[in-house]
Amino acid sequence: MALLQISEPGQSTAPHQHRLAAGIDLGTTNSLIASVRSGLAEVLEDENGRFLLPSVVRYRPDGSPIVGYDAKAAVVQDPLNTIVSVKRLMGRGVADLKLLGGRLPYEFAQGDSAVPRIRTAAGEVSAVEVSAEILKALKHRAEEALGGELNGVVVTVPAYFDDAQRQATKDAGRLAGLNVLRLLNEPTAAAVAYGLDRGSDGVIAVYDLGGGTFDISILRLNRGVFEVLATGGDTALGGDDMDRAVAQWIMTQAGIGDDADHAQLRRLMREACAAKEALTETEATGLVVERMDGSRWQGRLTRAQLHELIDPLIRKTLSACRRALRDAGVAVEDIREVVMVGGSTRVPRVRELVGEFFQRPPLVDIDPEKVVAVGAAIQADILVGNKPEDEMLLLDVIPLSLGIETMGGLVEKLIPRNTTIPVARAQEFTTFKDGQTAMAFHVVQGERELVSDCRSLARFELHGIPAMVAGAARIQVTFQVDADGLLSVTAREKTTGVQSSIEVKPSYGLAEHEIERMLRDSFDHAREDMELRRLREQQVEADRVVEALEAALATDGEALLSRDERAAIDAALLAVKQARQGDDHLAIKRAVEALEKTCAEYVARRMNTSIQQAMAGHKVEDFGG
Amino acid sequence: MTADLLSGNHFEIFGLPARFALDQEQLAERYRELQRAVHPDRYANAGAQERRLAVQRAAQINEAFQVLRDPLARAKYLLELHGVQVDDGQNTAMDPVFLMEQMELREALSEVRGHAEPQAALARLFQDISARIQDLTALLGGELDRATPDALRQARDNVRKLQFLGRLREEALELEADLEEGLG
Repeated sequence: MALLQISEPGQSTAPHQHRLAAGIDLGTTNSLIASVRSGLAEVLEDENGRFLLPSVVRYRPDGSPIVGYDAKAAVVQDPLNTIVSVKRLMGRGVADLKLLGGRLPYEFAQGDSAVPRIRTAAGEVSAVEVSAEILKALKHRAEEALGGELNGVVVTVPAYFDDAQRQATKDAGRLAGLNVLRLLNEPTAAAVAYGLDRGSDGVIAVYDLGGGTFDISILRLNRGVFEVLATGGDTALGGDDMDRAVAQWIMTQAGIGDDADHAQLRRLMREACAAKEALTETEATGLVVERMDGSRWQGRLTRAQLHELIDPLIRKTLSACRRALRDAGVAVEDIREVVMVGGSTRVPRVRELVGEFFQRPPLVDIDPEKVVAVGAAIQADILVGNKPEDEMLLLDVIPLSLGIETMGGLVEKLIPRNTTIPVARAQEFTTFKDGQTAMAFHVVQGERELVSDCRSLARFELHGIPAMVAGAARIQVTFQVDADGLLSVTAREKTTGVQSSIEVKPSYGLAEHEIERMLRDSFDHAREDMELRRLREQQVEADRVVEALEAALATDGEALLSRDERAAIDAALLAVKQARQGDDHLAIKRAVEALEKTCAEYVARRMNTSIQQAMAGHKVEDFGG
Repeated sequence: MTADLLSGNHFEIFGLPARFALDQEQLAERYRELQRAVHPDRYANAGAQERRLAVQRAAQINEAFQVLRDPLARAKYLLELHGVQVDDGQNTAMDPVFLMEQMELREALSEVRGHAEPQAALARLFQDISARIQDLTALLGGELDRATPDALRQARDNVRKLQFLGRLREEALELEADLEEGLG
């Protein structure tokens, strides 16, 4: 029966008001934030009309951070306190630093943390904290422009990011005080921006060459569903590497040795980048470099020379494209369109070679620097609940295989790469000693057979296995990857049903207590109260649960619940609302947990109903209810 | 407790008859409809509990879809539904004629690199492998439909053969990749 809603004049009949949402492209070189306003996704500008925020954070002598253009301007003058390209350090360990394109112009603190810490005027900072500063600046920009607090954001990551890099990005969002609704793969975001624009179905390739990362994704579009078929790439290959190749060339030509200092290296990189950009317009460009001893070197770089320097890098990306096509099971001829993403695709040589490879001119009509943020904004708008009728759905994949270490340092793959997420795989293990009550696992990510060639994600320790004779326990370990591409592990002993507890030691991530400490520290700066912050978080969660539940009850509470069940839920709901009025965050948390327990059955029934509706007319026999 | 609607077998989840022959288009269409109903993105604003449930349901549907859309995985799954394990480590004796052919195919694969025109040689090999896969897959359909103990045994043997050929095909793909990289 349809219910008529009678509204007072001037009141909206909409079930909920427009929520503020934004999409964030957290880039290696530049970051952007976009939002859907009056149905149109647009990149938000700063007060000077600039849409890019350089991903540069400088810690001033008093320890306070500045972000963006002002920070970037200090790169040469204050290199040790000015952090650039921090994205390259996300989810990386101390041992990885050497592999990240040679010399990094910072001082790293010697410590026992798995996460590298940069020594700055603000003390030692991790990549997560530096990224959080960038996110805070973007948050501030959006809240100024949109006139209110953001309800939720979508943050993009390279499709090829592993679990540790994704977790680090999510941690940075949390540290910045953002409600991260989803981590979205950059190429998928770009496809959304283009796909909705064109409404065309078929297989498309997204070629994304940023400052520090390269991604290739092959997607199938089918009536609003974006299904990623395969993804590949290189998290340490980008436009910076082109600049570095040119800088190396200049150093050789100018006779500058490897002993150049940080400031000199920064100047060289800038000169190299400028030369690369100049050569998009002209056939040759002049170079002037000051040596350490004050003498000057003058030279010339032609376009042909530039191509010689950067072609090997571009060919590396094309090899990855070939692999992705093979993984997707499609031929070059099957690709309907090629979408270009990332500032480095402005380089004409990149467009030329990519066009040659895919046998068609690539699409560049949405600004390649804006397209990812625009796509993220579109998804954020849907996820936050502003478009309940929207049919868009993104089905992404896990970019690298997940496995566990077995005897002899070998990897047993549990979830192969390019498996659609969310995914869960269970594996059974047994004890090898009588009375054994604990067990250790080492989870790795990568395609190689040896553990030492893969990326270590985490070590898990299972405790509380019931003591039995060797081989009698049957421990089922479930590895689940959620829609963000993040792994979680649960374990259960099957004969007794005992749930084992799991202790996670992330190999390159921040432990929960480290994040807690950072949160505390950041509030010391802002002179905010940690307790207040906890209260605020719980209130937001309580509001979210209450709003979702009330909307659900209005739709199908009548149909799915008995009178008693409804009464129990109403009582638990009231308890949450009452706790919400108070200032005890623990009380709110307990009330929400009690409500969720009361609603468990109802929630399951609702999900079944929606499955039933999806399958309506398809089933031969009726679902059992 | 409410019955879990997805507790049925993979075919039941998609409302399809448990047969080897399957309409891929229909499967994909229903997959998309189901994901639209349960995908975590649909529950981004729900409480933590509902979000967890959505992740589990979406994972279940993904798993079922992965199995059904791949002919070999589908055949193995149907055999399991009939109580026949493919990889039980028993009755692993293979048809000697088939093993002979496998050895020849492997030899051909290992000789590709030394060939004057390696890519052409590899293409021929691909054709050969694909034709064999096609023939065996065609047999499987009938055997799984008959589902007599005899037919199921034959189906199991054919699934094992297909696994051999599948691995060979993988290796050929890797070789193709290597050859292309070499040219790249």
